[in-house]
Amino acid sequence: MQSWKSLWLAASFAFLPFAACAEAIYPIDRAHFLAGAKFDFKVEFDKIVPSADAKVMINGRDAAAVFGKPPQYVENEEGRKASALVLRDVSIDAPGRYVVRASDGTDSQTVVWDIYGTGQRRAKNVILFIGDGMSVANRTAARMLSKGMNEGKYYGQLSFDDMPHMALLGTSGVDSIITDSANSMSAYTTGHKSSVNALGVYVARNKDNLAHPKVETITELVKRKTKMAVGIATDAEIEDATPAGMFAHTRRRADKDIIAEQLFLSGADVILGGGSAYFLPQTTPGSKRKDTNNYIDLFQRVGFKLATTDAEMKAAAANPGTNRLLGLFHPDNMDGALDRRFLKKGTVAQFPNQPDLADMTRAAIEVLSRNKEGFVLMVEAGLLDKYNHPLDWERSVYDTIMLSNAVQVAKAFAAGRNDTLIIVTSDHTHGVSIVGTVDDGKPGPDMRDKVGVYSDAGFPNYPAPDADGYPPRVDVSRRLAMFYGNFPDYYETFAPHLEGPNVPAVKKDKDYVANTAYKDTPGAMLRTGNLPRSADTGTHTADDVILTAVGPGADEFHGFMENVEVFRVMATALGLGPQPASAKQAVKTERSAAKGKALATP
Amino acid sequence: MTRRDWLRHAGSVLLAAGAARAIECAAADSVASLSFAEIYKTQGVLGSEFSSKTVGLVGKPVRVLGYMAPPLKPDVAFFVLTRAPVALCPFCNSDADWPADIVVVYPRERGGWNQDSLPVAVSGILELGSRVDRETGFVSLVRIVDATVQTIR
Repeated sequence: MQSWKSLWLAASFAFLPFAACAEAIYPIDRAHFLAGAKFDFKVEFDKIVPSADAKVMINGRDAAAVFGKPPQYVENEEGRKASALVLRDVSIDAPGRYVVRASDGTDSQTVVWDIYGTGQRRAKNVILFIGDGMSVANRTAARMLSKGMNEGKYYGQLSFDDMPHMALLGTSGVDSIITDSANSMSAYTTGHKSSVNALGVYVARNKDNLAHPKVETITELVKRKTKMAVGIATDAEIEDATPAGMFAHTRRRADKDIIAEQLFLSGADVILGGGSAYFLPQTTPGSKRKDTNNYIDLFQRVGFKLATTDAEMKAAAANPGTNRLLGLFHPDNMDGALDRRFLKKGTVAQFPNQPDLADMTRAAIEVLSRNKEGFVLMVEAGLLDKYNHPLDWERSVYDTIMLSNAVQVAKAFAAGRNDTLIIVTSDHTHGVSIVGTVDDGKPGPDMRDKVGVYSDAGFPNYPAPDADGYPPRVDVSRRLAMFYGNFPDYYETFAPHLEGPNVPAVKKDKDYVANTAYKDTPGAMLRTGNLPRSADTGTHTADDVILTAVGPGADEFHGFMENVEVFRVMATALGLGPQPASAKQAVKTERSAAKGKALATP
Repeated sequence: MTRRDWLRHAGSVLLAAGAARAIECAAADSVASLSFAEIYKTQGVLGSEFSSKTVGLVGKPVRVLGYMAPPLKPDVAFFVLTRAPVALCPFCNSDADWPADIVVVYPRERGGWNQDSLPVAVSGILELGSRVDRETGFVSLVRIVDATVQTIR
């Protein structure tokens, strides 16, 4: 990393003075990506450049020679009075440093790419868990509620606490220190940084969301280069940013009807989540599509078993003939663990048969592991973020416990196999911290005076957890005081929202103001926001996220790493880089010789 | 992020108070009252089914109580009526999304929308069936057209 940093500094100083003609080159400077992975190459000039003058050299060779075909010249791109060179679906097989120099005949701009290979495959399976928006406080609170503590020591650990390898990840994107779940997931699944709201693309100047320069996703790579299976499971909509990051290419994550179509074309084998509204033709009540395509029907036509309830999912997964499974359990986002298991709020009354993420993980592994070539599975606890946003920490923490249970399922599968890489991380953080406790027994009318800090905090009195690790009651008399540091105007009630998920702010004219529904809650206190008035909820933060991992390849994780390195570790573990013919033969031989051992057993 | 689920609940709390007042205000005329809870018989993963009451009111005057969502953009021909106050602007926030049970209202007169997410009573003719708004491409399934809108305070 250090030598790469020096290289970049040298490159910056060397090339900035010449940066006059090209607005941008994609992939961007310091892109560090996989040999053989597909990408769209694009140069955007800042003016009309005659075709004869628009040239790109890569390591001193003409780009056409390097890529095997010439870039398409666009004289006046989208009427901008600026030219572009575009070459889609290219790749570079040989690892190394590539200096890309674009010239308009007078000036030139240069970017440097570092392309890496992977060596041979070390893992048969990769399971990536994303606790969306999971912050350190989520983990700590989940451990406190789920395991309990005495005299400062926990009675136990979460399932991802004891993994042997750990790293801090930087999540910032091309355009901002703050990411959203789209570009942060895209970094994990493509190895390229991107910009807020973008999936599987660099954000160029194109007007069409689908025209921006694409980079290949891990789903596409695995499907193109191997016979492995791919699974995607989430408790959010399956078209939401994190699951979509596995396969989608669009500048706007809100293109959910298009993302559903891209999911169908992705080749993913197991698809579990909410978001069925985007599968239904617009003529069906409840549809959110703008066309008459019926993706429920189309998926079934290509061999998917359909499940819409927990029981159907389990039955389909248990059927040895099921190799492709579409489980859709809600038209929108599913409900979280606190509502499903205890409070019965949210939409639980309408959708009482939603599965738990741990059972979805088990079903996904059951189906995917029928593929003898191995699998890649992404499991997202997506609601964890959707509750952190509205400052509803109890719901977010119960979903963190759920994530721990889901990871435990994967650990049980991987135990003794030594062929499955399990990674558990988040895509970004929230500004949330555990401050102490709130003790209703403390004197005084104001709730803030019931907050105990330092020795006054003591310990919370949540009841012992049930068999799945959840305290059966969250409204206890001495509970965690957990606050968010970045928020809109809202009423802090110092108590869990038993009546249903929190709605901190509502729109009034152009601004968001505190939701007066909580004004008369006993002890409620107005907190004047510290975010712009356009913010409707709490927002993501740039704090590093924690990653823990176990299994072949996990030893690559250590210290601080950029989020794109997660992709490199997965690609390396799966040997997705170009393989010499001799290496391929060696793997085949090893596989045939080691039946029942690593890389050979389903 | 989408925030439909928790909005729904908070909205029902808020709406209860407003609805009581609105019902008092509502003239005892021939306009049938239709609540959000009555529009669908079932709402399922593979689609929803309209209630017989809803189907029976197609083409007839109805009154629906709900919340006027922030407008998609200035000067459009319709607004979205929601069961709960919508704490988001779908066209401002890329990951925003509408609840599944919205009603699209085409008022008799354009503009002048209240943007406060306050409860409103909408009276007009009920339409069902998929329709794409020509100006915005917005797809609606349940509409009230030729509507008058009364803010409930």
